Formats: sequence, C-alpha cells, structure tokens
Amino acid sequence: MSGHVHEHIDSTKTYVVVLLALLVATVVTTLVAFVDLGNFSVVVALLIAVCKMMLVALFFMHVRYSTRLTKLVLIGGLLWLAILLLLTLTDFATRGWLNTAGK
Amino acid sequence: MNTAAVQERTNYLNESYGLKSWLLTKDHKRIAVLYFITISVFFAMGGVFASLIRTELLTPPGDLVSSETYNKLFTMHGVIMVFFFLIPSVPATMGNFFLPIMIGARDLAFPRINLLSWYLLIVGGALAIFAMVAGGVDTGWTFYTPYSTTYSNSYVIATALGIFVAGFSSILTGLNFIVTVHRMRAPGMTWFRMPLFVWANYATGVIQVLGTPVIAVTLVLVFCERVFHIGIFDPALGGDPVLFQHLFWFYSHPAVYIMVLPAMGVISELVSTFSRKPVFGYGFVAFSSMAIAVIGFLVWGHHLFVSGQSLYAGLVFSFLSYFVAIPSAIKVFNWTATLYKGSISYATPMLYAFGFIGLFTIGGLTGLFVASLGMDVHVTDTYFVIAHFHYVMVGGTIMAYLGGVHYWWPKMTGRMYPEGWAKLSALIVFIGFNLTFFPQFILGYLGMPRRYHAYPDEFQVLHVLSTAGASVLAVGYLMPAIYLFWSLRYGEVAGANPWGAPGLEWQTASPPPTHNFDKIPVVTQEAYDFSKVAGEVIEVG
Ligand code: HEM
Ligand SMILES: [Cu+2]
Repeated sequence: MSGHVHEHIDSTKTYVVVLLALLVATVVTTLVAFVDLGNFSVVVALLIAVCKMMLVALFFMHVRYSTRLTKLVLIGGLLWLAILLLLTLTDFATRGWLNTAGK
Repeated sequence: MNTAAVQERTNYLNESYGLKSWLLTKDHKRIAVLYFITISVFFAMGGVFASLIRTELLTPPGDLVSSETYNKLFTMHGVIMVFFFLIPSVPATMGNFFLPIMIGARDLAFPRINLLSWYLLIVGGALAIFAMVAGGVDTGWTFYTPYSTTYSNSYVIATALGIFVAGFSSILTGLNFIVTVHRMRAPGMTWFRMPLFVWANYATGVIQVLGTPVIAVTLVLVFCERVFHIGIFDPALGGDPVLFQHLFWFYSHPAVYIMVLPAMGVISELVSTFSRKPVFGYGFVAFSSMAIAVIGFLVWGHHLFVSGQSLYAGLVFSFLSYFVAIPSAIKVFNWTATLYKGSISYATPMLYAFGFIGLFTIGGLTGLFVASLGMDVHVTDTYFVIAHFHYVMVGGTIMAYLGGVHYWWPKMTGRMYPEGWAKLSALIVFIGFNLTFFPQFILGYLGMPRRYHAYPDEFQVLHVLSTAGASVLAVGYLMPAIYLFWSLRYGEVAGANPWGAPGLEWQTASPPPTHNFDKIPVVTQEAYDFSKVAGEVIEVG
C-alpha cells in the first residue's frame, strides 16, 4: 500500500534542528533531576518527555505531513493514555478522603 | 474421489497441496483454517481442565486433587480459555475468513502480517504449554500481585511471556482488520453498506490495538518485579498491589468485549439471514459496536470494588458500568425487533442465535447486579460472578461461535453439515449449559466462594447438578466435532448460497477461489437487501 500517500521529506536542516532540540531536552531533564522540586520533579521530567515524543512523532515519523486519519490515530492513542491515567487517579488521588481505614 | 470432486473447480483448498503450501500461505482463508485447528486444540485442553475441576467439585471434601493442583487447574483453564481460545475465537477464524470477502476484497491488507500473527499465537501457546508441562501456574488467570510477583513458586514468567506473545498476535489481527476496512472496500461498499459482522470486527480491532499493549506492559512489569525486584506493585519496595489490578483490568475489561463483540456480529448475520429481513435499526447496531469499544474502556474499576480501591473511585466506576450495558441492550432489542414479522426458519445457526440472545441477556443483566456496589460486596469472588461471566463468555461467545461455524460451514468447506444431528447438539448444548451454570448463580448467592476445592455439605446438590450439566455440555460440544469432521467427506455438496442470503460471501463459489471473486464486485445495494437474492434456497424446517 505504499506509493499512495504523498511522501514529504524535510530538509536536512530541519532534522538537525530537531535532533539538537532532543539532545538539549535530554540534558535539561538530567539537570532538573538534580534540583529538588518535590513531587514536581516527576511532572517536569514527564512534560519534557512528552515534548520530545511529539517532536519525534511529528518530524521523524512524518505525522506532520500525514493524513488526518493518521493524526487521529495518534490523538486516539494519547487520549486512551489519558483515560488510563485519569481514571486510575480517581482511585489513587481520593484514597483517605473518607475516615474509614483503606477507603 | 466422488462425483462432486470431479466437477469441483479450483478453490482455496485444492489450489495447492502439501504442508508447506499451508504453513507459508498468505491466503486469509487458509490462515483462518490454521486458526480453526489451533484454537480447537486449545478449546479441548481448556475443556479437559474444566472437567477435572467439575469432577473435584462433585463431593464436598477436596479429595480428587490437592489444593495446589486445584489452583493450577483453574488457572490453566482460565488462561487457555481466555487468551488462547476466546480472544482469537471469532475474529481470527471467521473474521479472517469472511471480513475481506464481505467487503469485496481479495485478502486482508497485510497478508504476511496475518500469517505472522498466527505464528505468534503458536509461539505464545507453546510457551504456555511449556509452563503447564513443566509444573503449571497457580495464580489464577488474573495474576494478582503480590502473589504472582512475590509468593507463587509456579511458572508465572513462562505463562506471562506466552500471553505477552499471544497478545501481539491479537494486536496484529486487529490492526489488519482496521486497515482492511479503511482501505480495501470494493467499489460501492460504503461504510454504511458494510455487514454488521464487519462493523463488530472493526470495533474489536480498535479495542485490540488500544488495549492489548497495556496488558503486555503490565506483564513486563510483573516480570521486572519478580526477577529484578524493582518496586512497582510490592509495598515493601514502594509499590502498590492495587496498581496491578488497575492495569490488568484496563485491558481485561475491554478484553471481554474483544471476546463478545465479534460474536455479536455473528448474531446480526444469523438473525437477518434466518428472518429474511434486514437487521432492524442497522445504524444503531453499527454504532453500538463502536460505543461498546469506547465505553468498555471506562469501567474497569468495577473489578476492584473490594480490593482497597477508594470508595469514590468505586462510585465512579459503578456509575460508568451501567452505561456499557446500554449499547449491548440496543443490540438485543434490535435483534428481537428484526424477528418481528420475519420469515423465520429454525436452522441450526438460528437455534444458536436464539440461545445467544437469551443467555447473553441473563449474563448482561447479572453484570448490572455485580456492577452495583452494595450487591457486589456480597457476591464478589463467589460463584455468582463465575456464573455471570460464563453466561456471557460461554452462553454468549461460544454459542455465537458455534452458530457461525454452522452458518458458514458450507461456504468454508463446500459441504453441508447434517442438519438433524446439528439441531440435536444445539439443543444439548443449550440444556447442558443452563444445567451447568444456573446452579452456580444460586451457589454464589448462598456464599460459595470461587477457587475453592472443598465446600460445606449444604452446597453439594447444586454442585452435583452443575457437574451433571457439564457432562451434558461436553456431549453437546463433542457431537459437532464428530459430525463436522464427518461432513468434510460425506456431507451433502453445498451450492454457492444455501441460505439464500444477500451478503457478498454468498455471491462467490463454495469454497471460494483463492482470490475470493472472479471479478471484484461492484456494490449497488444496502446490506441485508433480500429483494434481489438469487440462488437456491435449501428448505429447512
Ligand atoms: C453488560 C455489561 C457488563 C457489566 C456491567 C459487567 C460487570 C461485571 C462486574 C462488576 C464484574 C466484577 C464482579 C466481581 O468480581 O465481583 C464482572 C466480572 C466479570 N465479567 Fe462482566 N459485566 C458485563 C458484561 C460482561 C461481558 C460481555 C463479559 C464477557 C464476554 C464479561 C466477563 C466478565 C468476567 C470474565 C468477569 C470476571 C473476571 C474475574 O474476576 O475472573 N462481563 N462483570
Ligand atoms: Cu468488567
């Protein structure tokens, strides 16, 4: 089924810029790990990771130039991850709201 | 050689011969046959475990097998039946065979990947069988932590690895179906002309692709904790055992719909064909499949009501669980409405369809019982839950599976099955099923816990009834195994369209040629349009 979708190749320059951005983000992640942000350490690390993931998906995996359907697949995957996290949090975030042991 | 064989034209079965032509085939129909053989073996294995369980439960003391062995028996029964039979059951066999034909395609989008997915099931199954032969697993099919990660001395890793690999088989099948439906429809086959069986398998594909990776990751995490003692589920290492249950059920609740949605697709075909009417409310039935695929992901916490999940989460999940019953109910009502003023014939597939509708309704409604917080505290981990899910998985999915096998048997093999024997066995299956599982509702309500091999004397009568039912059910399952095999050689030769059905699969030869159609069909009519059906109609009483 190849050949049907119009292939768009970015210039080498774009790829290099994205690569550099990814490397910088990695360095930042490492540096931030040494700063004590309490619970926010994880939040920051994950935020940076999400940005990196988007860069890889959009540029290296060509999602930026893909059909709307491909984008929908990507968004669907992210949405399902959100469902997993959010509904799991309905448990973990509300433990101890009631004064009964274990509830 | 008989006369029929002489006039037989080239088809997917006689096009080439030899083991290699099968093991390296890229034909979706042959791969479907490979799956049929494979999952029949798994079904038989799971059945043997079930018989041993039921035999042990004939008497109150645990006398036939030790508790350790009993734990392994119900675990391996569950693992084999869920991951190696029910998950692949309808999609990998009938879905593989008919989804492309029903939309007028020559094959699935990725024939090679289709073959790969069969090999993955074989590798996964081999790993699971290795684990059983080496000593078995005793965690239950649910692998709850901390038992599975810290305490169990059985072959948890090998079994988990087997399920992990089989999971990829399921993902690839789902992916293949999704892409095929998007890209391979024949000219004129618009989305809303697709048979409901295709819709159901498409929705199932979405669940397979979105859900299965999570169980794969979860099993990897179990592996990491068991082998490398990385703290994920063990509180002593900073983990949380309830997290395992969240992750497990995030997949496994949707997985029950992987098992039942394709079965519902089969029922839509059967009800329409044997009422000679289009399915009532086609759009609703199609969308209800998609709704199930989505809502099915929002309810998993109903398995954690008594597991230490917060009460607030319990309320949210209980509330959401009621929603998932709505699309299922839409289907049941629409099938029933289809029968109204239909020209109904009681051929074997239709008997199975009736069985499905009745039993699935009981299974689904008891799902609502256990989805209500107060009721579930009483019946959780009892035989009530066992009865609930066997009504949907055995009374639902396996009924539809058998109905579909009979319905499409003439198409797949070119031979009719013996109608009299088939009707008799459908009846035996129905009676045996209810005798096995109805007493389990009562047992559970009275307090018989699941996964125990000894019980108080008061429960014996109901357990004996259940075991008797299981024996009847076994006869009902063995009969098709025998007469279908017999019919391959001696069955009446089937024409292209023995049921007078309008679907595209009936417009090509029985068995179909390797490329399904001599000429790619151009579709000009809606699904289930009986007004233009050509071809002979076999009269069945
Ligand atoms: C109609 C909507 C349904 C609802 C609201 C529902 C609800 C539930 C609930 C609340 C439980 C947990 C009970 C407990 O452990 O105490 C449960 C268990 C179960 N259900 Fe359903 N269910 C539904 C349909 C189905 C279907 C269609 C299937 C399979 C095809 C299914 C398969 C199962 C299985 C396998 C279990 C037990 C898992 C285990 O603990 O081993 N359910 N169901
Ligand atoms: Cu569930």
